[in-house]
Amino acid sequence: MLEIQNLCFERDNKKILDNINLKLDTDKFVVITGPNGSGKSTLAKIIMGIEKQDSGKVILEGKDITKLSIDKRAELGMGFAFQQPVKFKGITVYDLIKISAKKNITKKEACDILSMVGLCAREYVDREVNGSLSGGELKRIEIATIIARNSKLTIFDEPEAGIDLWSFNSLISVFEKMRESTKGLTIIISHQERILNIADQIILMSNGKIEKMGSRDEILPSVMKDTICCRLERKE
Amino acid sequence: MENVDKELLKEIADMEETPQGAYNIRKNGQGIERKVTDNVNIVTKEGVSGIDIYVKENTKFEFVHIPVIITESGLTDVVYNDFHIGENANVVIIAGCGIHNDHEKDSRHDGIHRFFLEKNSKVKYIEKHYGEGKGTGKRILNPVTEVYLKEGSSLEMESVQIKGVDSTIRVTKGELEKDTNFVVTEKIMTHGNQYAETEFDVNLNGENSSTHLTSRSVATEKSKQKFISKVYGNTKCFAHVECDAIIKDEGKVQAIPEITANDIDANLIHEAAIGKIAGEQLIKLMTLGLSEKEAEEAIINGFLK
Repeated sequence: MLEIQNLCFERDNKKILDNINLKLDTDKFVVITGPNGSGKSTLAKIIMGIEKQDSGKVILEGKDITKLSIDKRAELGMGFAFQQPVKFKGITVYDLIKISAKKNITKKEACDILSMVGLCAREYVDREVNGSLSGGELKRIEIATIIARNSKLTIFDEPEAGIDLWSFNSLISVFEKMRESTKGLTIIISHQERILNIADQIILMSNGKIEKMGSRDEILPSVMKDTICCRLERKE
Repeated sequence: MENVDKELLKEIADMEETPQGAYNIRKNGQGIERKVTDNVNIVTKEGVSGIDIYVKENTKFEFVHIPVIITESGLTDVVYNDFHIGENANVVIIAGCGIHNDHEKDSRHDGIHRFFLEKNSKVKYIEKHYGEGKGTGKRILNPVTEVYLKEGSSLEMESVQIKGVDSTIRVTKGELEKDTNFVVTEKIMTHGNQYAETEFDVNLNGENSSTHLTSRSVATEKSKQKFISKVYGNTKCFAHVECDAIIKDEGKVQAIPEITANDIDANLIHEAAIGKIAGEQLIKLMTLGLSEKEAEEAIINGFLK
């Protein structure tokens, strides 16, 4: 469904992405993991068109979308959940869900979506998407906008970033539910073991390259082992 | 009434039919229609142009409409309207001024509105300013609002100026006694070479008085705006002043805060933020399928909603 060909991205003489090649099938839950600075978020942003690659191609369902703008990619059925959800002044949760849904959905339908991400809908639907909401609340609203879009390819950039443990636990259950119900390809950038645990496929990135890629059972044990080694080394 | 009058009234006061409650419609410097009710009396002033509006004490909930329309080019209309709100009364007052100028001479309306609220009364005051017409004559509005709040009373003011006013200097003053609350929310959008200036001057004189002044504005093209807020905390009181502005093109906005605490228990806050639309906001809405232009519109519409 999604193909990345020879993708390169360099900034300040540093290769952020170094010739990435990737083919991902539909109806899969793919988690991209790796240390900070390994290029995961840049890759996600290039797929969505938020960053522009220096060279290489992005192909969606056989169509070259490399030169398409963000909104044109969204129209083709791509969605993107930000690591730091964006805040607005005056735009309410309902407004944002309406924009996401591409149609005039009722408040009741918007409330149903908010309930899916564990928010008490009536309390939130008319609130502004501004700084008065906590990190966890903003994150869930961000995910609600993604659910409302019903995209065939959805990218989540570090959904666990900036939220507390309580919010994280319920976020995991939202992802577990999404995994069961969502059709299409879902790509999640994450460091979290519990998110890695629900992946069909794991991609391990390091220094702008794909180091390993395979099913969860193939990759997870070695990823966890590396993590433990790191912890031990740090202790010594 | 002509069609242009009806359109202006719809724009500034959402009036399509005869309004509910008391009303006074002023056109080109003259009162043209008036209705009073058992609780609301409207009397023409003597000596100066304008009206006195008397709301009886204990009036439960009523609407008062006092729109002004100007369709004559070259007219300068100055009007003094005083609102006397009786104890425990609760009313919604809808004012506003619409100017249609198709000619070369400037049309100007200066509305001086004074509100005298007796104990425990409550007013919601909605004011909308609008200009239209193809002429080169300027559409100028200089409203002055003075608010005098007696113990336990509150006034909430909403003012909106979104389109077509070439120049405006708005002055809002407040004198607050004990346990009073004065809330102002203003929304301004300027285009072309328009100029808008807003000045607040609020004195918190009574214990536990409070004020919230919020200005949200968008300055586009070559327009300019100035926001001045002077708040004096003279006793145990609370004030929150917020100026948020979006600038586009060559738009310029200046925010001048002046908060003065004259008492140890005065708690005064001022916040001002001016900047262009954040790139991340545009990107977020584009990931939801809006084009850059649509995203910009959605952000501005939300901001000024």
